[in-house]
Amino acid sequence: MENVAIIGLGFTGARPDSPELSYKELMYEAAVKAYEDAGVDPRKDVGSFIGASEDFWDGTSIFDEYLPDQIGGALRPVCSICNDGLHAIATGVMHIRSGIADIVAVEAHSKVSDVVNPDGIMHFALDPVIDRTLGYNAHVIAGLEMYRYLHEACVTKDECAEVVVKNRRNALLNPYAAYGAKVNIEDVLCSPPAYEPMSEMDVSNFVDGACVIVLASERIARNANDTVWINGIGWCNDSPNMGLRDWSYPRYVKLAAERAYADAGINNPYDEIDFAEVDDTYSFKELQHLEALRLLETGDAARLLCDGAFDLEGEFPVNVSGGSLGMGNLLDANGLVKTFEAVEQLRGIAGQRQVKNAETALVQSWRGVPTTSGAVMILGSEPKGGA
Amino acid sequence: MAKEYPGTPLKSKDFKKALKTKYTPSAEYAWSAGQAINSFLNGLKEGRILGIKCRGCKRILVPPRAFCEECFISVEDWVELKDTGRVNTFAISYLDTMANRIKKPIIPAVIEIDGAGGNGFLHILGEVDPKKVKFGMKVKAVWKPAKERKGDITDIKYFKPLKGGD
Ligand SMILES: [Zn+2]
Repeated sequence: MENVAIIGLGFTGARPDSPELSYKELMYEAAVKAYEDAGVDPRKDVGSFIGASEDFWDGTSIFDEYLPDQIGGALRPVCSICNDGLHAIATGVMHIRSGIADIVAVEAHSKVSDVVNPDGIMHFALDPVIDRTLGYNAHVIAGLEMYRYLHEACVTKDECAEVVVKNRRNALLNPYAAYGAKVNIEDVLCSPPAYEPMSEMDVSNFVDGACVIVLASERIARNANDTVWINGIGWCNDSPNMGLRDWSYPRYVKLAAERAYADAGINNPYDEIDFAEVDDTYSFKELQHLEALRLLETGDAARLLCDGAFDLEGEFPVNVSGGSLGMGNLLDANGLVKTFEAVEQLRGIAGQRQVKNAETALVQSWRGVPTTSGAVMILGSEPKGGA
Repeated sequence: MAKEYPGTPLKSKDFKKALKTKYTPSAEYAWSAGQAINSFLNGLKEGRILGIKCRGCKRILVPPRAFCEECFISVEDWVELKDTGRVNTFAISYLDTMANRIKKPIIPAVIEIDGAGGNGFLHILGEVDPKKVKFGMKVKAVWKPAKERKGDITDIKYFKPLKGGD
């Protein structure tokens, strides 16, 4: 099967608000940067345009109608994926591997500042007959998961607070991030209780931003500069049923990772991967996800975190970008923004936050509450099977 | 009255058997207009129709946009256009937004704004007998009084046939 590479990146950076720009102008900025970086003309060279979007976040039913113009896709093959951007990359990989396109543009954005009541949109995602009528905020689903995870993995709230401290500190080194800050465990633990056991600072803040990633077949990518290879990708959904899902362990992340590892030929992920950008929409999610990715045994992530293993200078840096806690939560663009960071690291252009000797990266996304939907991608500075 | 067609109608007792859960979503938005549309809306407030010219394809885009979707370049050359144009296409709607029947039909039409090379936007026709609307008919904007305008597409009440036009 043909290898697929990432040849271009564009990101607007994350901001809590962007009142002077429309979502189209925000997306255009990311797209221009990505095509410039890739050295491609979207009007001639791109064979498929894929956008990740959710109608209710965008406030327009049938949102893909409004996708083409600002990404160069008018009168070209365009489709949208109602999922995180990493699922859209998976779709792009399929378009290339199946031979229907040589160059694919993948877009995702958040213009959450246009949404007056994000909690209303999140509530709308609950099952209408059984769950929605009980009258609780959708973030509660994460509180339910966190308590069960703390209980089964023997992890404490203090250890989860360490994730917040690390990621917001990392974000201070990232010019794209909106929530860089020097905070300590007490700041997190003493922030107002939100969805016990979560405090306000355990929850990432919504931000605006757009990101475009350009993919190419090996035939094209061989001649491109700064190429990073997609060596494995996988995705999975658990049952969404509240009574049937596993509340402490995201089985779908484990299965998505197994597909990605098999695709990439990885047997010992912790040893073979140099750093990871994983979902941290809520503090505990980073630890829970590292374990479900089979990087660590259940309960071990918290211990290694507190030993500094996941720091920028640690043995396995995690969310060097600042993650969603430090970057801000970009809705369905989270997966692309994590990809953006991983590619900058593998290209060796991450500046102050550069991970040393980075050659293989893992990117993982989760679509947020109440979903049980996740994706995993393995990136390498060399294609699988050697250069 | 609409003609009745034969079939198998549902009876009220059929509905009583089925349980339903009602819910009204709390979905509320406040969209940023963006740089290009912001200038367009401010123009309307002043009683002016602003377009923008692409230096690549030379098209005039109205309403204006920050970029040309054909050339994929930024667009910055503002032009003021007339408030007259021609009807490209139209429909005569006897049902309102929620498909309730209305007595006086509304006539949405795509207006090619004069000077914009065939480009333009969708608006409403007024002061016209629905039977007399024609393709290519010359029309002119009817504006709200200046102090009622607020930077909105409805600052133009409608387009009406232009006397002496053909
Ligand atoms: Zn043009």
